[in-house]
Order: sequence, then C-alpha cells, then structure tokens
Amino acid sequence: MSKLKSTLGIVAIAFITLTAMSCKDNKNEQNDTNGNHSEMSSDEDHSKMNHDNSDGHQDGDKKEMAMSGDGNSQGVLKDYFNLKNALVADDNAKAKTLGATLATTLANFDVSSNFSDTQKAELKDIIEDAVEHAEHISESAIDHQREHFKILSKDVTDMVAITGTENTLYQQFCPMYDGGSAWLSMSKDIKNPYYGSQMLNCGKVQKEIN
Amino acid sequence: MVAFVGIQFIPTTRNQSDTVPLTDFMLVNNVPKTIQKKLQVSCYDCHSNNTQYPWYNKIQPVAWFLEDHIKEGKAELNFSEWDSLSSRRKSSKLRSIIKQIESGEMPLYSYTLIHRDATFSELEAKEMINWITQLKDSL
Repeated sequence: MSKLKSTLGIVAIAFITLTAMSCKDNKNEQNDTNGNHSEMSSDEDHSKMNHDNSDGHQDGDKKEMAMSGDGNSQGVLKDYFNLKNALVADDNAKAKTLGATLATTLANFDVSSNFSDTQKAELKDIIEDAVEHAEHISESAIDHQREHFKILSKDVTDMVAITGTENTLYQQFCPMYDGGSAWLSMSKDIKNPYYGSQMLNCGKVQKEIN
Repeated sequence: MVAFVGIQFIPTTRNQSDTVPLTDFMLVNNVPKTIQKKLQVSCYDCHSNNTQYPWYNKIQPVAWFLEDHIKEGKAELNFSEWDSLSSRRKSSKLRSIIKQIESGEMPLYSYTLIHRDATFSELEAKEMINWITQLKDSL
C-alpha cells in the first residue's frame, strides 16, 4: 500500500513538473519577443515610419508625421496616431512594434515642465496607466490590442486636456464597439481603429480639440 | 534522482505574509462573501502577497516555476496593494479583470489544471463580472 502511495506520488510530481515546464517554456518565448521589441530603439522605428510615409502609402500619416517632438505630449500623440493607423489597417505586427515605441516615448515623458502640481500628479497617473496599455498592445493579439487602445485613447485624451496640442485634433466615436468607444484623429474623416476593414467608416466626429 | 533530491535544498522565497495590509482589496471594498471566497481561491495565490502553498508547490522544481508565476502575477495586479492605485488605474485593472475572466484567459490553464476549485463555472464568472462591473462604475 505504501509502495502504491509513493508510486502515485512520483507520478504526480512528474506530471506537475511537466505541466509547469511546458507553461514556463511558453512564457520564455513570450519574453523573448518582448525583449526584442524593447531592444528596438525608437529611432529605428521612427525612421522606418518616415520611410513608409515618404512612399506616400497612407495619406493620413503624412500630416501626422509632420508633428515634432519626443519625450513630450507631441511625441506621445505622434506615436499614438501611428498606432491608431496600424489598427485601422488591421496590422497586428505593426501595432505591436508601435505599441512598444509608444511605451518608450511615454516612459520618457518629461512631466516637470510648466505644469501645476495637481496637473503634474494627474499627468504622472495618466502616463503610468497609458504605459501599461501600450506595453500590453506590444504583446497581444489584435482584439486585445483594440481593447487596450480604448483605454489608452481615454488616457491620451485626458493628457491633451492638460498639455494642449499643436494641431487640431478630432475626438471620434463609434457607438458599436464595446458599448461605445472614442479615439483621437488628426483628420475629420472616420477611419475606425476598433473595427478596421470590417467597419472602416463606423463612427462620427464628437468633438474638435484645439 | 540525486539531482532531484539535491535541488530540494535550494531555497525559494515564499510569498507569504502574516498581516493583511490596509490597502488590501477585501479591506477597502465591501466584498460579498461568495465573491471574496472566489477571489481568494482563484486569484490571490498569484495576485497578492499571500500564497496558499499546497505540498507539491514546496517541491523543486515546481517551487521555482511557481515563484516566477507569482512574481509576474503581482507585477500585473496585486490585490494586497489595491488601494495604493489611483482611480484611473483601479478602473483600468478592473476592466482587465473583467476581460480576462470573460475570455477565460484567467485563471491560467496551467494553474486550474492542478487547482480544480480555482476554475470559474459559468454562473460564478457571471456573478464575478457583474460585481466587478458594479465596483468599476462606482469609482
């Protein structure tokens, strides 16, 4: 009887070990992809994007790429719009890369300049939240990316309310996605980042932000 | 076999604490008993400062893998430090909790495989999601 017990015990341990190992392997792979993403310098990404743009692939990009600045709200907006366009284009891989780029830009955001203490605290909070969503976007499937993009959009909108914006922005709204979801765009035209090609033109301009 | 015995002596850090911090999710929210129990059994092992360790989790190499899981789990969401989050972050986390349970991604399959009682029945998932949604809307 005790022999049976110990045999059972060993089998159980072997089983658990295998399970845990296979689980661990998956995680390592994930970590590798993350690592690669974060290793990519944001400069590389930008130059790639600029290249895309100079080819004139996307009209919307052109205007958006004209924005300047890194480590400030304009840099965040630039990366946000690039990410938005990748989601509009249903491009999961590009959105991953751009999510990582945005996470880096957000992390480098300099909160110290020209804001009141309350604003600084709120900006810090917004950025902390946004970084997490951007990081998730850098490692998720497209439906997940869109879920996180929704809250990220709220964060970025709240950021703009404090920092202001150099360019006119349009807050757009799709009533169908997840009980109604908003996003920001540089252009009045609706290109829906939550549905992409599936329902590209669903939505309307809710607000103009200057 | 020798190696197996050998690695049993390599220590791991136990994720255990005698005190429940004042920032704990259960202390700052009015959590119904059933929800409380489900959170404890299904989530707190990896998402709080206090893990319930069954015997097989004290055996190497299982203990190492578990340690890793807990570290990652707590970095993502730590119920013990809930109240140190801003309302914006709380709302974000609650939203993620809902999505994770809805999609069945959490609790992890590798975890429920052993901890059968951690799985969510359809009804339990519905109850949990309803309650978390309520909490999120009240923020």
